[in-house]
Amino acid sequence: MTTETDMETAISMAIEDGQTLYLGGFTHLIPFAAGHEIIRQGVEDLTLARATPDLIYDQLIAAGCASSVIFSWAGNPGVGSLRAFRRAVEDGVPNEIAIDEYSHFGLVSRLAAGAQDLPFLPLRTFVGSDYPEHNDSIRFVDNPFGDQPGEIPVVPPLNPDVAIVRAQRADAEGSAQMWGITGEMVEAAFAADTVVLSVEEIVDNDVIRSDPNRTLIPGTIVDYVVEEPYGSHPSYAQGYYDRDNEAYLDWDRQTETHESTQEWLDEWVYGVENRAEYLEKLETKRFVDLQPQTSYGTPIDMGEY
Amino acid sequence: MTDYTDTELMISRAAQELQNGDTTLVGVGVPNLACNLAKRTHAPDLEMIYESGTIDSNPSKLPLSIGDPVLATNARSIVPMIQGFGYYLQAGRIDVGFLGGAQIDRYGNINSTVIGDYDDPKVRLPGSGGACEIASNTHRTIIITPHTKRRFPEEVDFVTSPGYIDGGTSREELGLRGGPDAVITDKAVMRFDDDGEMYVESVHPDVTEGTVQEATDWELQFADDVTETRTPEQAEIDLIRNDLDPDGVYTE
Repeated sequence: MTTETDMETAISMAIEDGQTLYLGGFTHLIPFAAGHEIIRQGVEDLTLARATPDLIYDQLIAAGCASSVIFSWAGNPGVGSLRAFRRAVEDGVPNEIAIDEYSHFGLVSRLAAGAQDLPFLPLRTFVGSDYPEHNDSIRFVDNPFGDQPGEIPVVPPLNPDVAIVRAQRADAEGSAQMWGITGEMVEAAFAADTVVLSVEEIVDNDVIRSDPNRTLIPGTIVDYVVEEPYGSHPSYAQGYYDRDNEAYLDWDRQTETHESTQEWLDEWVYGVENRAEYLEKLETKRFVDLQPQTSYGTPIDMGEY
Repeated sequence: MTDYTDTELMISRAAQELQNGDTTLVGVGVPNLACNLAKRTHAPDLEMIYESGTIDSNPSKLPLSIGDPVLATNARSIVPMIQGFGYYLQAGRIDVGFLGGAQIDRYGNINSTVIGDYDDPKVRLPGSGGACEIASNTHRTIIITPHTKRRFPEEVDFVTSPGYIDGGTSREELGLRGGPDAVITDKAVMRFDDDGEMYVESVHPDVTEGTVQEATDWELQFADDVTETRTPEQAEIDLIRNDLDPDGVYTE
């Protein structure tokens, strides 16, 4: 049963200390509003999983919410490194974090195994690399069907306690349509025990059913649905707004020290009550600059039978 | 005489490695500029695929990351990562991959994971991303990196992306497809011999063999007839400066 609610309620109902969380997206549709709410609620000891931890994971780490990260590429996309993540790994500031590291395909395969309830999935990655030596979750099994190859790397399932994913639109039951880059969001949603879905807009059920191929996450696996316009800023939502690249560059400068990072969190996370207040703080001109021109897909005809 | 920067030479030289009709997995920055330059010059049918799952992207402007929306609009197809890495890359449907890294050794093994000890790192780098599978599953890889002794050590601290492993037939024995084909730096272009060891094919104008050796931590091999690296044509420089990277994000 899906509950339509606000972000504060969804996070307080779904998230507890010590859980494994996936906060979705590959550069696109990053759930920043949800991440900020987790920080405000002071959740601790989280294991954060995603192929591409970016600014929101850096913010959660700087705020002391995380004790572990499962990942395959930890960087500020197109800009450089994640300074808070590095401070935690290199210097234990603000606390030590454990890392569990894969390649992209390795991590995505873990989520796909989790989504399908499989004990492992094989992949042609890691052979000849140093990863298996440092990660006991990358193992080799004999090929039962021949010797090409004789053995193959396997990775175990990853089933997050909670997946928080964003989409452009969903109906009130949480059936979500997304377009543009989807990364590993759908696998993560199917792998997770609880799904929090946050969308740019809630639409009528008729809109969703008019184009069923686009419905990548069904409401049957969604527990909470939240309408949160601009909930992915400063990342983007294809067709709605562009990435706010200035914010990514600012983050690189702002996070030079743990103290300067805290100042940012004080102003933009602790200093606002919710996403609406965060958006009010941003200059209007920024939103105008982020608006793309329209580029509509041609409607398809499903046929009436 | 065309005036160009080191980065522009690397972009233009890397573009030459791409053939018309190649399918390539593109990284952001210099590889992205090289691919777009090739597509606008000698390789109009180059198919550009990005790790984020965009297939045959046609970016109208410079993408700022490999997940930029300009790579999605007008693409031939957009697939989830599990399909991009599985159906396309692992299945052998991608000819060329681009790799960079903090360290590269004589056999083309690359480190983009950690400097120092893995469990107590001096510098924690972003990690593999898709690099490990790109190095393992494309038909050939092109490595682009600045040339310094620190980046070309005798031994890498961590093998993120396998090259020719220990040389000889060690890569083949592991069942890995392809392998490193060229290394393009700000000083030279290198290739790999039958034993999987790197050798210098050409040096850039005003760079000596001694300078290249000086910036490499092992005793480098040189081709019998080391040539001078092809320099960019004016039309290529115009394309880079006016169209591909007008704000000089990656070229300044």
